[in-house]
Amino acid sequence: MAESKSKNRLNSERIQQIREFSLLAFIIVLAVFVQLRNSRFLSLSNLTNLTTNTAILSILAVGMMMVIITRGIDLSIGANLALSGMISAMIVRAYPTLHPVLIILIGITIGLIGGTLIGLLVAKASILPIIATLGMMNIFRGITFLISGGRWVSAHQMPDSFKSISTGNLLGLNNLVVLAIIIYIVFYYFINHTRTGRKVYAIGSSPESARISGINVEKITIMVYSIMGSLSGLAGVLWVSKFASAQSNTAAGYELNVIAACVIGGISIAGGQGKVSGLLSGVLLYGMLQNALPMLNVSPFWQNAIQGAVILLAVIVSALIKRKTSKKNLIRQED
Amino acid sequence: MNTNQNTGHQIQAEKEFDLMDFFFQWEWLLVVIFIIINIMNSQLSPYYLNPYTLLDATMSFLDKAFIALPMAFVIIFGDIDISVGSTVALSSVVMAVLYNAGLAMPLAIIVCLLVGIIAGLLNGILIVKFKELSSVIVTLSTMILYRGIAYVILENQSAGDFPMWFNYFGWGYIQNTIPFILVVFVIAAVIFYLLLHKTTFGRKVYAIGNNDTASLFSGIKVDKTKIIVFTLNGLMAAIAAIFLTSRMGSTRPNIASGYELDIIAMVVLGGVSTSGGKGRMAGVLLSIFIIGYLRYGLGLVNVLSQVILIIIGALLIFSVMISNLKLHSDSSK
Repeated sequence: MAESKSKNRLNSERIQQIREFSLLAFIIVLAVFVQLRNSRFLSLSNLTNLTTNTAILSILAVGMMMVIITRGIDLSIGANLALSGMISAMIVRAYPTLHPVLIILIGITIGLIGGTLIGLLVAKASILPIIATLGMMNIFRGITFLISGGRWVSAHQMPDSFKSISTGNLLGLNNLVVLAIIIYIVFYYFINHTRTGRKVYAIGSSPESARISGINVEKITIMVYSIMGSLSGLAGVLWVSKFASAQSNTAAGYELNVIAACVIGGISIAGGQGKVSGLLSGVLLYGMLQNALPMLNVSPFWQNAIQGAVILLAVIVSALIKRKTSKKNLIRQED
Repeated sequence: MNTNQNTGHQIQAEKEFDLMDFFFQWEWLLVVIFIIINIMNSQLSPYYLNPYTLLDATMSFLDKAFIALPMAFVIIFGDIDISVGSTVALSSVVMAVLYNAGLAMPLAIIVCLLVGIIAGLLNGILIVKFKELSSVIVTLSTMILYRGIAYVILENQSAGDFPMWFNYFGWGYIQNTIPFILVVFVIAAVIFYLLLHKTTFGRKVYAIGNNDTASLFSGIKVDKTKIIVFTLNGLMAAIAAIFLTSRMGSTRPNIASGYELDIIAMVVLGGVSTSGGKGRMAGVLLSIFIIGYLRYGLGLVNVLSQVILIIIGALLIFSVMISNLKLHSDSSK
C-alpha cells in the first residue's frame, strides 16, 4: 500500500515534469517561430527588453502564486500597486532628496497595509477572497484618485535618483531583473524549505486537515495576503520609476495578467499545487507573448482576446492533465 | 455537535411564525437603509423628493439590475460570474456593428440576445464540464476573452447612429410618466421571483447551493440547472446591453466596465450568502434600489464617481461581513 502510494506520487510528479517540459518546449517553438518572422526577436537588446518588461509581472506573480495556493485570489493588486506608486511618487515630488531605498520601503509599507487589511477580511471576517479583493480594488482605486486629485505625477517632477531605480544596472543586468532574481531565490527557499512555506501548501491542500494538525490557518492566510500586498507596493514604486509617471489608472487590469501568468505556470486554482519553476516558465511564456505579438504586427486590439483565450486554454489543459493523472492513479490502485 | 445540527434542522422545519424573527429579518434592515438613504438624498437636494425624479432616477441604474436577478441564482449556487460586464460590452458591440453593416435593427437586437445567450452558455458549459475549475477562474478568463473580442471587432472606435425608435428603450416613457425600462424590469423581477420561490427549478437551485453532491444523488440534474442559470445570466446581460446602449446612444468596447462590482454588491447586500444556499429575491430587489438611489443621490450633489466607487466597495465588504457574523451566530446557537 505504502509502495503504491509512493509510486502514485512519483507518477504525478512525473506528469508535473512532463507538463513543465512541454511548456518549455512550447516556449522554444514559439521563440523559433517568432525569430523566423522577425529576426530582431532574439537580439540581445530585445531580450533585455523582454526580461526588463517582465520583471514587475514576475515579482507580482510570486505573491499571487502563494495566494492561489491557499485557494484564494487577489483582484486588488493592480489598484494596490497604483496606490502605493502614487503615494511614493507624491512623496518623491515633495522631497526629491530622499534616498531611493527609503522610497522603496515606503512603497512596500503602503502595499503591506493594504494587503494585511485584505488578509484580515479574508481570514478573520471569512469573506470570500474574490469579494473582499473586488471591494478593496475599488476602494484603493478611489483613494488613489482622491489623493492625487486625478492629476499625474510626471517625469519632470521626479528626481533622477528615483528614475534610476529601474533604469540603473547592476553587473550588467537591469536593476529590475536583479531584484526579481533575488526575490525568486528568497521565495524558492521560503516556500520549499521552511516550515511556514510548507504550511502554505498544507492550507491549500486541505484547510480542514491543516487546522486539525495545528496550523494557524488564519495567521498564514493573513501572511500570504500581506506578502502579496508588500510585493504590490514594491511593484508600485518600480512601475512608477520605470514609466516615470504615476496616474490614478496605473496598472488597471494588471491583476489579470498576473493571474494569467500563474495559471499558465501550472499553479492550480483548486489550491495546494504549484511550483516556482512552473511559475517561472509561465511568466516567461506570458512575457514572450506580450513581447512577440507586436513584433509579429498583431494589432494591439487583438491582445486582450488572445490573452483571454490563452488563459482559458491553459486552465482547461491543466484540468485535463490532472484528470488523466488521477485516472492513471486509480488504475494503479486496482492493480 | 452532530445532534445539535439535527435538532437545528428539525426546528427549522417545524418553525412556527415568530414575530421577533419576522421583524429581525435582513429585508427589514434593508427597508430601513432604503428609507435612510431617501431621507439623506432629500436633505442633500431639494429637487430629489418628488415622484418624477424618483421614477426618472430608475433609468440610471436599472440596466445593471436586470443582471442582478439571475446573478442572485448564481451566487445562491455558491458560484460567481464576473464576466457579465464583458458580456454586456460584447453583445452591445456586435449589435451596433451589425446594424451599421446594414442589418435591420430588430434582427440586430435578436443577434445581441443570441450573443449574450452563447456567452452565458459557454460559461455554464465550461464550469460544468471542468469541475476542477472554479467559476472564479472560468468567468475571469471569459471576462478577458469577451471584452477582448469586443475590442477586436470595434478597436477603439464607437458605433451608434441607431434608428430613432431604438432610443425608446433607454429614454421612453409609458403614459409620459413611467419609464419603459422600469416596466420591463418589474416584469422581469416578477418572473425571476416566481422562478426562484414558486417553482421546482428554484428549489433545485437552493438544493444545489446547499449541497450539490446530495442534490445529485437525490436526482437533481445539477449540470443542467447550472447551465440554464449561467445562460440566463448571459441573456439578461444582453438585455441590459440593449437598454444601456439605447441610453448611451452609441457603444464602445469599454462600455459597462466594472459592472460586475455593482451587480455583485446588489446581490450580496440583498442578503444572498456567498457561501451558497441562502438568500431571497425580495432582499435583492430592495438592495438594487438602495444602491441605485444611493448612486443617484450622490451624483446629484456632484460626489466624484471615484468616491462612489469607494462607498460601493465598502458597502460590498461590510454587507458580507455582517451577513457572515449573522451566520456565525446562527450556527453557534
